[in-house]
Amino acid sequence: MTDVTVAGAGLHPFGRFDGVSTTDMGVVAVRAALQEAGIGKGDFQAAFCGTAYGGVATGHKVLSRLGMTGMPILDVEAGCASGGAALMLAGAAIRAGQYDTVLVFGTEKMPKGIIRSSFFEPWQEEAGLASTPAFFGLRAQRLCMTSGITKEHLARVVVKNRRHGAANPDAMYQKETTVEAVLGSRVVCEPLHLFMLCSPNEGAAALVLRRADLAPSGVKLAAAVLRSHIPGSVLSESTPLAGSTDDDVPAPTTLAATDAYEEAGLGPADLHVMECQDTDAARELGSCEELGLCEPGGSAALLDSGATTLGGRLPVNPSGGLLSKGEPLGASALGQVVELVRQLRGECGPRQVEGARVALSHTVGRGANAGVVILTH
Amino acid sequence: MVREGLFIDGDLPALLGTRCGACGSVHFPRADACTYCATADPEPVELSRQGTLWAWTAVTAPPPGYQGEIPYGIGVVELPEGVRVIGRLTESDPGALAEGQPMELRIVPLHRDEDGNDVVTYAFAPA
Repeated sequence: MTDVTVAGAGLHPFGRFDGVSTTDMGVVAVRAALQEAGIGKGDFQAAFCGTAYGGVATGHKVLSRLGMTGMPILDVEAGCASGGAALMLAGAAIRAGQYDTVLVFGTEKMPKGIIRSSFFEPWQEEAGLASTPAFFGLRAQRLCMTSGITKEHLARVVVKNRRHGAANPDAMYQKETTVEAVLGSRVVCEPLHLFMLCSPNEGAAALVLRRADLAPSGVKLAAAVLRSHIPGSVLSESTPLAGSTDDDVPAPTTLAATDAYEEAGLGPADLHVMECQDTDAARELGSCEELGLCEPGGSAALLDSGATTLGGRLPVNPSGGLLSKGEPLGASALGQVVELVRQLRGECGPRQVEGARVALSHTVGRGANAGVVILTH
Repeated sequence: MVREGLFIDGDLPALLGTRCGACGSVHFPRADACTYCATADPEPVELSRQGTLWAWTAVTAPPPGYQGEIPYGIGVVELPEGVRVIGRLTESDPGALAEGQPMELRIVPLHRDEDGNDVVTYAFAPA
């Protein structure tokens, strides 16, 4: 099958930018990616744009501003995994021989405060059952029970990621924090305190994918997989009202990771660096288990071992993760991939994972949607 | 009632679910097809009123579209028919609850609508 490489990567920083539109941010990221790839108008045959809150024809608005339209432009919505979904479609189209060069980008300006999601029925909102942090709290509580995770572990995930983020000029929070400060922040939904939850925010990311013979020095897209949930888990990201008592229903993340490892011919032991969904501190630990980095129940020990810290065996979220960067839904998955492309090229300065050649990114969210991308260099 | 068809009120309140005739799975709310095996038109059933607490937390800031009081409890209760249900809890202090504790279905007021009627929903209370 045709190999696909990443020929260019671009970013608009993640944060809050009053007066800057969704389109403005998309323009910045797309321009940077095209420039890095050394291509322009007429050089890509399709564009996929991840966005959840952008509205009608978000992708068209960005490319119109750049004078680059005429090719198919598709907006892709898959919740937190929107960018991963866009990347899967783009990679598959090149592999199938449909196109040789595709632009993939994501741009997002999230509403402030607790996110209102059209996913919920009006009665669920009225009944108080549309509280996203409550679902995070319930999931975190169960993970604490089954994996021996304490609140201090959760706080240490935040401290780790914020330390990584302090070295990332594109992150929203570039200041370190302490276990005491995290546990001193107000309780949002037990066991989660405010500093353990990522902030919905704004940003954009873009990638140029090419058939490998056109960009042979690029980072290789070894796998890009999107999966939805299978039923049964009451606390799954599909956010049902009921589930079964079967505790062995595979998570959507596990489904996506299993497919991605198979597609890449690699396993968790081969990874050198990873960016994963840390919407809340417990989610990072759960992701480590679901992605096979440790046995089920082993994530607290993995954190304790220092393996997931910069300098450890498998640094997790060297960018600072969503806990430092914030989460602009449509851009966040591609933001992870931009970070990993730069890690694999050795461009990350003080947060560089030395000798990284195999990287994995992971996003999961409402739907459920789980996206897993594996890159090699 | 916050939504028709979700539960019945009265002296013996119950959540309204369905049971699959093919695989026996139980669903809440009522499903058009079995969510597990896709067999169409599962049989309507009333779910058990009693269960045990499986997970719980409290909401401390009003989520979008919510007009009731805060804080309030939210949790997962495991029912004897092998189903776990998400719902409000009448207890809003997470420290006052424990895993496996017996819980019972209640119908509770949420807020008053424009006509002055109480809007009610289902919740679980310590039994």
